[in-house]
Amino acid sequence: MLSSAGHPFIFILPFIAIVIFWVMAKFEPKPVGVTQKSFFERNGVPVAIYLIVAVTFWSLFMIVLPQLFMVEMSFRPKLPQIEIGGPKDLYTFENYHYFIYGSTTISDAINWVHIKAFFLTIFASLLIAIFNLALCYPLAFYMAQVAPAARVRFFLLLLIAPYWVNEILRAFALRIMLSSNGLINKILIGSGVVDQPVDFIGNDIALYAGLGYAYMLLMIFSLYNTIETLDHAQIEAARDLGAPWWHIHTFIVIPFIKPGVASGCTLVFMLSAGSLAAPLVLSGPRSLWFTPIVYDRFNQAFNWPQGAAYALILLIACVTFVLFVLRLGRLSLGEIAK
Amino acid sequence: MMADVEIDCLTVQFGSFTAVKDVSLQIRQGEFFSFLGPSGCGKTTILRTISGFQDPTNGAVRIGGQDMSGIGPNQRPTALIFQNLALFPLMTVFENIGYGLRVRGVPKANRDRKVDELLHLTALSDQGHKKIEELSGGQKQRVAIARALAVEPKVLLLDEPLSALDLKLRQYMRNELRAIQRRVGVTFIYITHDQGEALTMSDRIAVMNRGKIEQVGNGRDVYEYPQTSFVASFVGENNGFSGTITKISGDQAEIETSVGRLVGLNKKSLVVGAKAILFIRPEAMQCGAQGENNLSGIAADAAYEGMTTHLTMKVHDGSSIIATLTGAPALEFPPQGSSVSFAFATRDALILPV
Repeated sequence: MLSSAGHPFIFILPFIAIVIFWVMAKFEPKPVGVTQKSFFERNGVPVAIYLIVAVTFWSLFMIVLPQLFMVEMSFRPKLPQIEIGGPKDLYTFENYHYFIYGSTTISDAINWVHIKAFFLTIFASLLIAIFNLALCYPLAFYMAQVAPAARVRFFLLLLIAPYWVNEILRAFALRIMLSSNGLINKILIGSGVVDQPVDFIGNDIALYAGLGYAYMLLMIFSLYNTIETLDHAQIEAARDLGAPWWHIHTFIVIPFIKPGVASGCTLVFMLSAGSLAAPLVLSGPRSLWFTPIVYDRFNQAFNWPQGAAYALILLIACVTFVLFVLRLGRLSLGEIAK
Repeated sequence: MMADVEIDCLTVQFGSFTAVKDVSLQIRQGEFFSFLGPSGCGKTTILRTISGFQDPTNGAVRIGGQDMSGIGPNQRPTALIFQNLALFPLMTVFENIGYGLRVRGVPKANRDRKVDELLHLTALSDQGHKKIEELSGGQKQRVAIARALAVEPKVLLLDEPLSALDLKLRQYMRNELRAIQRRVGVTFIYITHDQGEALTMSDRIAVMNRGKIEQVGNGRDVYEYPQTSFVASFVGENNGFSGTITKISGDQAEIETSVGRLVGLNKKSLVVGAKAILFIRPEAMQCGAQGENNLSGIAADAAYEGMTTHLTMKVHDGSSIIATLTGAPALEFPPQGSSVSFAFATRDALILPV
């Protein structure tokens, strides 16, 4: 079992990884017929060693090991401290079983509460990504193709400044604004649009607004970066050939910025689905976002293995979904990372 | 004479900078018309105003008699070929050329026929399926022309489209462009800073400087009868001697310069005491012989170019004078550093105001 036999393994692992990277550096594939210096000669020995050790540390301790532990933990039962590592500590699917049936052993009833929250989270995150795209595209296009440089700088400052305030504070500020006697309701009632305060929080409007707002910047930057690389002469050429504005956007701009759209949507979708602060602060009494459930597994039920299983389900679902959508759009992961 | 494009008292300002100053011009139907000038002279601004991407500050552009103010670039009977061509990289050659027709909602069958025609016209018949990045520089050039011609513009505007090509291809494309223009009979308005391009292709040339038109005429007019000292020095090589007019006799004038008194034609009716420049082309210069006007100095350099040889003579004030000789006399180079004399005839020299 990893927890007992794993300790020496963990100490050896970094060295194994360093050796692997060192061998990769030593025998890196070289273009045929071109004399190229080796990795060590190119970078100098100290820098080369630093690069190998740093990359090892980063990939191992930041990425591989934490996730590996989560995966491992998700297959273990919840046991009192004293029994961990004992005869009852066997690998099991009971945490995943619980997600579907609401019990670790019985398969009579379906765990609708969690499953519904799960699909709602995926679906709502998707909507938030699409809504964000629609909202950010005109602004990103204006900044990247139309506005003079000084105004772009000003816009960027305006966009970034709100993100200096931390996420929880922003969520609470939004909650205050959208509460029954908050500013928005006062304006709506004062101007006679409605006579009863709108329940933004109970209807999850506050939640979606908060989530949309939280990751807007990532969408704007993804779009802005790709739209900026589109040669303005192409837009003018299309216009000169008689294209109306919607035709230019549909057939010239959007096909060109597809990778940027994909990367922006992926970021917003993933982060919304995994967001915790906004759902905790802004969701209404009836709504159930999936991440607070995961959070509760860890911190309320003190059931870490189950929390790990839930987190893993969300992660795998999100990654699968994103890969599927990229496939539909005929995009590779390499393209959206550009 | 039918004016196809009429530019009427056009002024374009960017903030406090005036790019085009009160320009009036008529371009005839089916003409190959060039704007020639150094960079920043306002020629591209005029082109963008004709195509509709730039609004005039003052004045108007009329195409086929119709005032174009308030009409967007997508509604004008013009097509523009961009300096960098601006072909659509995600579309094939065929789709690029067909884009303008697709925008206009031309049915696919008609569209395909038209694109095939244009592919044939521009010698690209078997290239239709290719991506833009697979083409050579000259082929891209021809795709851009075909794409612009597809929408059957009355006027084709070309913004230095050959500047990115290498010398051989540029010369080939000059002939190609001229041939296409003759075949389709569309008015071409061509922007360039390269006088060779302007002289070889154009029916008429407008030489521009600092937002103003200095002279309009055919290649010969502009080269042989420059009206201003800017045109004389910008179009082709020229030797200029500035000074003050000291004597007028008939259509000739005498000018006092740093290299002595010289006589030339006074077509601009300058008066005694006026500041002026006498221009004499290097090819009108003779070497060794005595003539109506004589200059002497030290032989500095002889650049042999096969058919011609450029001789450079340094005069006492340090300035250089160039003589271009053709054929046999060119073979007798004066040795470098020896004294040499140039001569020219009065009828070959032009005196123009500063």
